Amino acid sequence: MIIIAVVSGVIFGAGLAISGMLDPSKVSGFLDLFGVWDPSLAFVMGGGVIVNGIGFLLIKNRAKPLFATDFKLPTSKVIDKPLLIGSALFGIGWGISGLCPGPAVASAFLNPADGIGFMVFMMAGLVLGRVIKRRMS
Amino acid sequence: MTIDFDHFTPLMSLVGGIMIGASALILMACSGRVMGISGILSGLTQKHQNRSEIPWRLAFVVGTILGPFLVMMVTGQGIEIRPSAHGPLLMLGGLIVGLGTAIGSGCTSGHGICGLARFSTRSLAAVMMFMATAIITVALIRHVL
Repeated sequence: MIIIAVVSGVIFGAGLAISGMLDPSKVSGFLDLFGVWDPSLAFVMGGGVIVNGIGFLLIKNRAKPLFATDFKLPTSKVIDKPLLIGSALFGIGWGISGLCPGPAVASAFLNPADGIGFMVFMMAGLVLGRVIKRRMS
Repeated sequence: MTIDFDHFTPLMSLVGGIMIGASALILMACSGRVMGISGILSGLTQKHQNRSEIPWRLAFVVGTILGPFLVMMVTGQGIEIRPSAHGPLLMLGGLIVGLGTAIGSGCTSGHGICGLARFSTRSLAAVMMFMATAIITVALIRHVL
């Protein structure tokens, strides 16, 4: 499971780098619908969802994964307040910084001057957010 | 709306996206785990529960850090990183990204790449919400403030 995780992580990090997601200004350019719009990153989401979606259809009826005992999938189906408020907040932070968590990790050591500080504050936010989420529900 | 053809990279972005989708598929098919990076990071800060989940999460993060370096070695080129915020504003962005993904149970990878692929309505709601607030935020920063 460790080897699978490293391989999956390397492909994820390499894919992020090739796609342009590590460049915050490109991300802002994608989000800038009301300015000069760069639609490239729609191709990232499209390619990722299609490949993963077709693959998921092929594996979802299997009893278990190849190298683990069970599939661990989220069970909640409710669109609740934490989901919407949290996602709204995330979008604001993403818009400000041009970084979502994947690219933040993948670029932390490529651009440590900005990247490490961002990571530290993001991790603090994750810990604090978990406490807030528990209080909300 | 004007399209920014100078920076438009449909092919590379599609290739990168396919790789991201493949990485999520490998993790699910082999290990049965959702490739949600915010959940993976959050799990690493919870030492009291799920001890057995720590090693693979750490391994995934190490892989994610190594991936771009591998791309640079293979292509012999650097990876363009043009920060769109600096200093306190960037740190504030990091804090809000952490808070939001923890409260909203996921980010672009977990809700976007994995949730949408499973036709999760929760993830669809999350993606529409964070896309909307991100677009509004960039519009305010670039065109109003």
